[in-house]
Amino acid sequence: MMLNNQGRPTRPNTSEQDNSATNTFTGNKALELETPLIFEQGVPGRLGVDMTEPKKVSSRLGNTARSKPIGLPDLSEPQVLRHFVRLSRQNYSIDSGFYPLGSCTMKHNPRINEKVARLAGLGDLHPMQPVSTVQGALELIDDLAHWLKTITGMPAVAMSPAAGAHGELCGVMAIRAAHEAKGEARKRILVPESAHGTNPATAALCGYKVESVPAREDGRMDLEAFSEKLGPDVAGVMLTNPNTCGLFENDVKKIADMVHEVGAYFYCDGANLNAILGRVRPGDLGVDAMHINLHKTFSTPHGGGGPGSGPVVLSEALAAFAPIPFVTHGENGFDLVEHVEGEASNSFGRMKAYHGQMGMFIRALAYMQSHGADGLRQIAEDAVLNANYIRVGLNDMLHSPFDGICMHEALFDDSSLKDTGVTTLDLAKAMIDEGYHPMTMYFPLVVHGAMLIEPTESESRETLDQFIGAMRYLLNKARDGEATYFAQAPHFAPRRRLDETGAARNPILRWTPEEDDPQSDRTLSAAS
Amino acid sequence: MRYMPHTADERAIMLQEIGVGSVDDLFVDIPAEARLTGLLDLPLHASEMDVEKNFRTLAGKNLSPYSAPCFLGAGAYQHHVPSVADHLIQRSEFLTAYTPYQPEISQGTLQALFEFQTQVALITGMEVANASMYDGATSCAESVLMACRVTRRKKAILSGNLHPHYRDVTRTTLQFTEFEATELSPTLEGQEDFEAHIGKDIACVVVQNPDFFGRVQDFTDLAEKCHDAGALLVVVVNEIVSLGAMMSPGEMGADIVAGEGQSIGVPLSFGGPYVGLLATRQKYVRQMPGRLCGETVDQDGQRGFVLTLSTREQHIRREKATSNICTNAGLCSLAFTVHMSLLGETGFTNLAKINHSEAAATAELLNALEGVEVINDTFFNEFTLRLSANASDVVEKLAAKGILGGVPVSRLLPDAEVDNLLLVAVTETCAADDIEKLVSALKEIL
Repeated sequence: MMLNNQGRPTRPNTSEQDNSATNTFTGNKALELETPLIFEQGVPGRLGVDMTEPKKVSSRLGNTARSKPIGLPDLSEPQVLRHFVRLSRQNYSIDSGFYPLGSCTMKHNPRINEKVARLAGLGDLHPMQPVSTVQGALELIDDLAHWLKTITGMPAVAMSPAAGAHGELCGVMAIRAAHEAKGEARKRILVPESAHGTNPATAALCGYKVESVPAREDGRMDLEAFSEKLGPDVAGVMLTNPNTCGLFENDVKKIADMVHEVGAYFYCDGANLNAILGRVRPGDLGVDAMHINLHKTFSTPHGGGGPGSGPVVLSEALAAFAPIPFVTHGENGFDLVEHVEGEASNSFGRMKAYHGQMGMFIRALAYMQSHGADGLRQIAEDAVLNANYIRVGLNDMLHSPFDGICMHEALFDDSSLKDTGVTTLDLAKAMIDEGYHPMTMYFPLVVHGAMLIEPTESESRETLDQFIGAMRYLLNKARDGEATYFAQAPHFAPRRRLDETGAARNPILRWTPEEDDPQSDRTLSAAS
Repeated sequence: MRYMPHTADERAIMLQEIGVGSVDDLFVDIPAEARLTGLLDLPLHASEMDVEKNFRTLAGKNLSPYSAPCFLGAGAYQHHVPSVADHLIQRSEFLTAYTPYQPEISQGTLQALFEFQTQVALITGMEVANASMYDGATSCAESVLMACRVTRRKKAILSGNLHPHYRDVTRTTLQFTEFEATELSPTLEGQEDFEAHIGKDIACVVVQNPDFFGRVQDFTDLAEKCHDAGALLVVVVNEIVSLGAMMSPGEMGADIVAGEGQSIGVPLSFGGPYVGLLATRQKYVRQMPGRLCGETVDQDGQRGFVLTLSTREQHIRREKATSNICTNAGLCSLAFTVHMSLLGETGFTNLAKINHSEAAATAELLNALEGVEVINDTFFNEFTLRLSANASDVVEKLAAKGILGGVPVSRLLPDAEVDNLLLVAVTETCAADDIEKLVSALKEIL
């Protein structure tokens, strides 16, 4: 067996196990095809891209020309294609099946969005083309801004933040800039216990002290505790609504009033906007700033972790502090304000090179246009309908920590697994064997052994019924004392449970060439 | 509405099972006075055909760089993206997956990230890289925060020849923290005097290579001077193809490399999404922001990959987190990895040679024109011209002829007196014919 310099097998070692009847020479099993690292494949001199000979000219690199090899492997196009197709097949995705990951909004990713994002004249524009040559692109950004402002009932929007957490940073920076413009040096930001972890991290990056506000019995922010913490040195509050318990903060208007009374601003984490589209506008609830995750609410694909896009809508009070750049419209068509001067003189600055995540803007606008005002409202209704259908379908077997109607996600805790020897994590891993991506576990932190299930609006009743059936089957199995089955799950995934503790204790973060490199074996492993 | 499967009958049955009379009963927690009764003031739903038409109309109002000779750079570069790269990132299983929180069913994304980290580390000459950042500019800002954490110092020095957006983003990011940056002035000629500023309180010096004007430099001496003072050297690379032909920042002694990976695999896309690169020395890995993928084994002893060292991150440390970054540029980093795998050592170094030689040949042609002077002696695939006329005007005149002739320096540096300076980038996508068109158009205009 080949070992890398950390002493770990470089290829699956199933053929060396005792139960050889179920093993194969290659480590592959019919359609389950393994692939080594790209660095363990290839032969020097192979080409995956055709190129011309470079012109013969004298170098202009001064004394910085490269003298050492980089160490990249050389492969042909079919080898590269096959490698990544094989890798793709080891992934679960929303196109593979139900992905009820709470707080993440894994909804259908329409392909028309991908098509229009690649049109010549949209996907290939250079950010520094003369403004006269990108009037359609600026119109597109302006259109999307209009949709976002109308949906949220807010007067202004900053388009450039690159992701939700980047949008949070934008909102809190606008809050701080607004206070500073008034000559106020406020020190604290209040954040409910149930907030996303990025909220406190963002406030800290803006120089604020973060204070946590506990939740009430009913899963909403404790107004009494909140009022005690409020004071003239509070810069703002960061509330998620609907919150991470899947509940609408019904005191939201009162919270907004209380915040404004002490001269602070109301930041709303918009990660869960899809639950209220067309039913209520955050602007009407007194929100001053809210980021919108285009990759959640408006279906731009998550891509295994990104890219995201997090435009931030702003109230009148914060609009002047928005980051550059922004699009304006005048007599000669659309223009871009790219510097902190003139009408942008109060701007807190620039958050990202160029103009924002255009590729995501295109997809989100295509999704909005496909749905229209009527469809956007239907999204919220069906997302909430589906979550409540799951809540009711499981509430005799799983305990809900909070009573009543939920919004777009149903929250349960692990109390019904008590004494079974099965943990929330075990249950999640068994769901993998049933063909599901597990729900969100252990979040929100305020609920012990939390399980947060978000079906979204794109799932059919048959899918929900089958999922409820599978959950009931597993919960019964747990109650029947089959803890060992759960402890060993997943049984059928491309990998069994992975040693995450070992990975953190001895981090191996890259491939390193083997010291004694027997070329013959490298070539063999590349032969597939 | 085809994305939503329920029929009206099914909705009625489901409401009944939930035990409510109507869908409005699901929204009772929203304060009554704020509830919307009618529809939003927006158009109604549109068919796929109509949506596509809308976007074709918008696209038609732009000049596509693929239908015009394009010499635009300034931190974003037109390179040929092999069809395999765009095809693979559209594989459903990559495109529509989430962050790989369940490693047993996310090995595809995780192994690709591990390969990405390795490629970035190799190319930059560093020991480790993370699994991508938002873009090069935010990566630059995060590098400064990281250097401050590593050195426990509060001041950074930013080169005047750092991309102006990168400087702006770094300044914006630091403005409400306890950290501060000294920004040197842009300089067209000669070396910057970093030494005058490096003291015991400096966390890092940030330089760019090739710099904003295209000049390339060996920063080995600067690295030594930084280290002597206990500071780190951060090298920004926003044309990553240059590293196929140049000494890596690691070889020069850099401690952190902040890069933009758009040139490999990622389309121009009007500025985003791009792929931020961040690489460093192993000893600083626990101060590194962003996601990291690590190798491990499963319970059968098979090699596998997981997200790791997340104790640095916001979901564990909350307000003490290394950074507030949550998402990464996953799909763009996959495109980078696929394109880089197709290139390999042979292709990547050859691509760099082609870019360099095309740019060098073009620079000579342009320098021979009356009213045009190439300012920098050294460069990779981008250089600065001093024109006998206002560069913005020249660019508009070129655009009227269907040529995207470069980026006027004044668009990015409005305060400096640089009205006659033009940045010109030449990549493998510029055909001989394109270069001829630029040369003859400039001859006509100037």
